[in-house]
Amino acid sequence: MRDEHGIQAEGLVREFKGGIRAVDGIALQVAPGEIYGFLGPNGAGKSTTVHMLTTLLPPTAGSARVAGFDVVREGARVRAAIGAALQEAALDPLLTGREHLRLQTALHGMTKAERRPRTEALLERVGLTQAADRKVRTYSGGMKRRLDLALALVHEPSILFLDEPTTGLDPQSRNGLWAEVARLASDEGVTVFLTTQYLEEADVLADRVGIIDRGHIVAEGRPAALKAEIGRPSVEAVPCSAGDRAAVAEVLRRFGRPVPGSPKGVTVRLDGGEEALADVVRALEAEGLHLDHLQLHAPTLDDVFLAKTGRSLEGAGDEAEAEPQPVSA
Amino acid sequence: MSSPLLLQVGSLARRSVVRTLRQPVNVVPSFLFPLILLAVNVGGLGAAERLPGFPTDSYLDFALAFTFMQGALFATTSAGTDLARDIQTGFLDRLALTPMRNAALLAGQLAGIVVLALVQATLYLTVGILAGVRPESGLPGLFVVVLLAVLIALAFGAVGAFLALRTGSGEAVQAMFPLLFVFLFLSSMNLPRNLIEIDWFRTVATINPVSYLIEGIRSLIVTGWDAQALALGFGIALGLGLLALTAASLALRGRIARA
Repeated sequence: MRDEHGIQAEGLVREFKGGIRAVDGIALQVAPGEIYGFLGPNGAGKSTTVHMLTTLLPPTAGSARVAGFDVVREGARVRAAIGAALQEAALDPLLTGREHLRLQTALHGMTKAERRPRTEALLERVGLTQAADRKVRTYSGGMKRRLDLALALVHEPSILFLDEPTTGLDPQSRNGLWAEVARLASDEGVTVFLTTQYLEEADVLADRVGIIDRGHIVAEGRPAALKAEIGRPSVEAVPCSAGDRAAVAEVLRRFGRPVPGSPKGVTVRLDGGEEALADVVRALEAEGLHLDHLQLHAPTLDDVFLAKTGRSLEGAGDEAEAEPQPVSA
Repeated sequence: MSSPLLLQVGSLARRSVVRTLRQPVNVVPSFLFPLILLAVNVGGLGAAERLPGFPTDSYLDFALAFTFMQGALFATTSAGTDLARDIQTGFLDRLALTPMRNAALLAGQLAGIVVLALVQATLYLTVGILAGVRPESGLPGLFVVVLLAVLIALAFGAVGAFLALRTGSGEAVQAMFPLLFVFLFLSSMNLPRNLIEIDWFRTVATINPVSYLIEGIRSLIVTGWDAQALALGFGIALGLGLLALTAASLALRGRIARA
């Protein structure tokens, strides 16, 4: 089903017990048919945002409209318009894939005549026809994610929420899921709100990216535009001898500010852009330093995160506390 | 558009029953343990049947009612841990995103308990009759025994569902099992209340509603058709069930905080 309204959020806040603000005044706009990547480390507030936008968690403050409906006042209409595959593949290990789909189609009120063909079509679409009658506990991680996606698509939603859909998947399963998500957006006009902590996923799949850290959106835009804002590439040099690392670092500091890189090497953001690379090589040679590896890195979304927060995205989640769970009434 | 409530209940009930049938490791103990305890009790306490005023000359007839209660306790933890697992895995969130009504979730969840209780009650009665029990209320009484046993299991199951929804933890539900077991032991399960000589025990057994649930079933086996015992048994089972269902519904509303 083609989406016509997208997602709008204004000043969205979710506060938990003890005054912890997991989401602190988020504003975002997702256009119909767009794939929006919500990128951030663990505990940044991604899942809490998804829970609010999918009506599973009432916001403490602010407002949001999904598919043209208010998430607080028109929850049922929002739920009818959206599909969601949440962070954990929430499946029953004792049921088969087909039984999951049968249950989901029934709960969505489909008639008996509609349920069977819809179930078969979705199994076929996600490549689970052969495994349809196996219990889910025998499925691989990739198969569970595909079933999760099929369940989210049962009622042909116009907006799809995917909360870290490829976490823990092997590259082949991940690429397959990316292809299906891209096809949903391009062929069927489905709006996709995708949270991820993987830079590559946001880069490859998303039309636009919102980078969230500690409950705030710190950057938003097309991946290419965000990287262009950073502009300058970084260079990473790995010395042949570990004892030369300090000397290499001293040389490289003449050309730019150090940034996180591999533990064996030294990485700096080049003040002079990629043209400075030749000078770097000459300076290292002049000092008699031999390198095992020298590489120029184009700016990445991690660089964008670093520029906006002063921390690298990888490992930033370790500093953050896990996202608090809702307080049950 | 909401799907019809009956279709939702039926689909969730089917899932609950399928889950129950596919967990023999969890289900079989609920059949065996009450029967083992029955054998132990009859062997150890059988002499009680010679006490003056004991209502029957067969301790087995007297003790059989207890198996239904113990089976119901298993049902409590079974329903509770299943629901807690749904909360912990996020399956409840998946259900909450459908047009499912809260009542359908509870009714569907408890349907598995009904099936389990039916099988349990039939087994306990069959074993009892094979061992020599001859219910005073005859064949119709057997159906009433099963009906009351299912109602008690439903009420206990609703308690399990409430605990799961309130705590969201299977471990917390299982931790309640010993406490509920104490209620069983502090009842008239082993002796008629009028023959309990220790005052405080008799008082506790008299105010303990579990005594009346046991006595309701027991009356059909030992006495025949005892209107008062049945009214108390059914009344307390219904009252507990309604109370637990109300509490579970409120807990579910809090748990599924969807807008």
